[in-house]
Amino acid sequence: MSSGISRADVEHLAGLARIELSDAELDRLAADLPAILEHVATVQECVSRQADDDVPAMSHPLPVDNVFRPDEVRPCLSPEDALAGAPASDQQRFLVPKILGED
Amino acid sequence: MSELTRLTADQAAQAIAAGQTSSVELTRALLDRIDAVDGAVNAFLHVDTDGALAAAEAADAQRAAGDATYLTGVPIAVKDVFTTIGQPTTCGSRILEGWLPPYDATVVAKLRAAGLPILGKTNMDEFAMGSSTEHSAYGPTRNPWDLARIPGGSGGGSAAAVAAFEAPLALGTDTGGSIRQPGALTGTVGVKPTYGGVSRYGLVAMASSLDQAGPVTRTVLDAALLHEVIGGHDPLDSTSIDAPVPAVVAAARRADVKGLRIGLVRELQGEGCESAVQARFDEAVQLLTEAGAEVVEVSCPSFVHGIAAYYLVMPSEASSNLARFDAMRYGLRVAPEGVNDPSAEQVMAATRDAGFGDEVKRRIILGTYALSSGYYDAYYGSAQKVRTLIARDFAAAFDQVDLLVSPTSPVTAWPLGEKSDDPLAMYLADVATIPANLAGVPGLSLPIGLAPVANGASGAADALPVGMQFLAPATADDRLYNAAAALEALLEDRWGGPLLDRAPTLEGAAR
Repeated sequence: MSSGISRADVEHLAGLARIELSDAELDRLAADLPAILEHVATVQECVSRQADDDVPAMSHPLPVDNVFRPDEVRPCLSPEDALAGAPASDQQRFLVPKILGED
Repeated sequence: MSELTRLTADQAAQAIAAGQTSSVELTRALLDRIDAVDGAVNAFLHVDTDGALAAAEAADAQRAAGDATYLTGVPIAVKDVFTTIGQPTTCGSRILEGWLPPYDATVVAKLRAAGLPILGKTNMDEFAMGSSTEHSAYGPTRNPWDLARIPGGSGGGSAAAVAAFEAPLALGTDTGGSIRQPGALTGTVGVKPTYGGVSRYGLVAMASSLDQAGPVTRTVLDAALLHEVIGGHDPLDSTSIDAPVPAVVAAARRADVKGLRIGLVRELQGEGCESAVQARFDEAVQLLTEAGAEVVEVSCPSFVHGIAAYYLVMPSEASSNLARFDAMRYGLRVAPEGVNDPSAEQVMAATRDAGFGDEVKRRIILGTYALSSGYYDAYYGSAQKVRTLIARDFAAAFDQVDLLVSPTSPVTAWPLGEKSDDPLAMYLADVATIPANLAGVPGLSLPIGLAPVANGASGAADALPVGMQFLAPATADDRLYNAAAALEALLEDRWGGPLLDRAPTLEGAAR
């Protein structure tokens, strides 16, 4: 697979990641990323060279089971503490910019 | 510099217990040292003078009342990635500038419960992304051995604080080597425990399946003492191992490698390693052999693919974890320029552009790409398979030997700015440390000597520290401490004292 990544691709990815990149940043990332992608793409060759053609994927270093705790009320953050770092708050709620467009 | 600041944590604990000094006196001496040298080193992002002294007074009272733990009263520095009530937690990022977390990380709560005064928060690459601490939004930390060089990263602040005698103990985190590599580059001891051995609750996440907190110290015994304070099961971390902490302090005191089978990882030495680093490594291996260890070479053929797998797994997890910085509930909020009545999405995108640095953006974009539909199987899926292959290499190696060793870093500390324009070159320096994170096994870096700096190289030092990495099977952390303590004793015998005795005193360092 080609590891080509264009400036337009970077701009699209930045949109998905909700980062408004400047033109200079887009230029820089479009210049940096191809070499990095070319290197990371070698994982495919490594896997395809294995005699074992069904290597399992490992998402986590430990066998992870679901962890349950008793369903009981415990102390938690007060509304004041939870809101203490908020850029804006009102009536014990986070105050956010509009989430819907005008039309 | 006060002699108190030169004490190891073990010596300080004994001196306090014997009434030769107090926690307040020791804490004051360290705060004075920070005041004298940190303008030049920049290891700390925040110093909590009042909080540390109040905790020291409480520790002395705890001692007087007879309910002290071993390390009660011994001060510590905490990497700025752990949440701390009453002290800002920024992760070296503008997006969290001045953020005061409403809760303590579990390890921080454990430090407080054990009576260790927290001196302050240490500098780091932004969100722990980097190998040099140059990616901090608050300026780089400098290597105490040579202020023109990097201290390693991401935990350069913790390592430099300990190396510069600003703290006997520090906490770090290690996702791909961020405790061990700065340890090697600053002549200090750094341990990445088994994944799940130390709670991640309250540790601002970069890559959740790789992140692990651990000790940063000047001696192996000190690391073990701190490991026992911070380790153990935490119901607030669902990946925390529900088993007792390995007997690391007993192992560090045993310090005997007779009959131990030690494997040299063929793929992590030789080619690609600076020759002086390889020479110090070979000498250390020789000492282990003379002390009765049985040393053999082992092959871990998939390790060389670790960096490629890591730079897919880590950015993928990071791009997801850092989605929480959305300008809505805490942290920075920036309005986009020239937009009337902006939407939440526009505010979010403007804030993330203003608040994140270049390396963080690079990794978020890389992770977003790797997780995109159409690329997921080829990139992230293959990386997860390489992870399995690396875990299999470890399993096969540990069938033959008790421990693995390699140079921690193939290179010594480089001049500030040298790799800033070449992110891939910086990534490649982590070749030896990454496999342990991918497989979840524990690792320790021990200073093993100095490598001469090439003639004509920039910087003030004529020699720089080299580290040896020890790797053990999951949950066998005690083996690291046993072998490293044995080698440490042999080396200090040869040197006539600790390696850090040869570091510049930094007295008169410009503020």
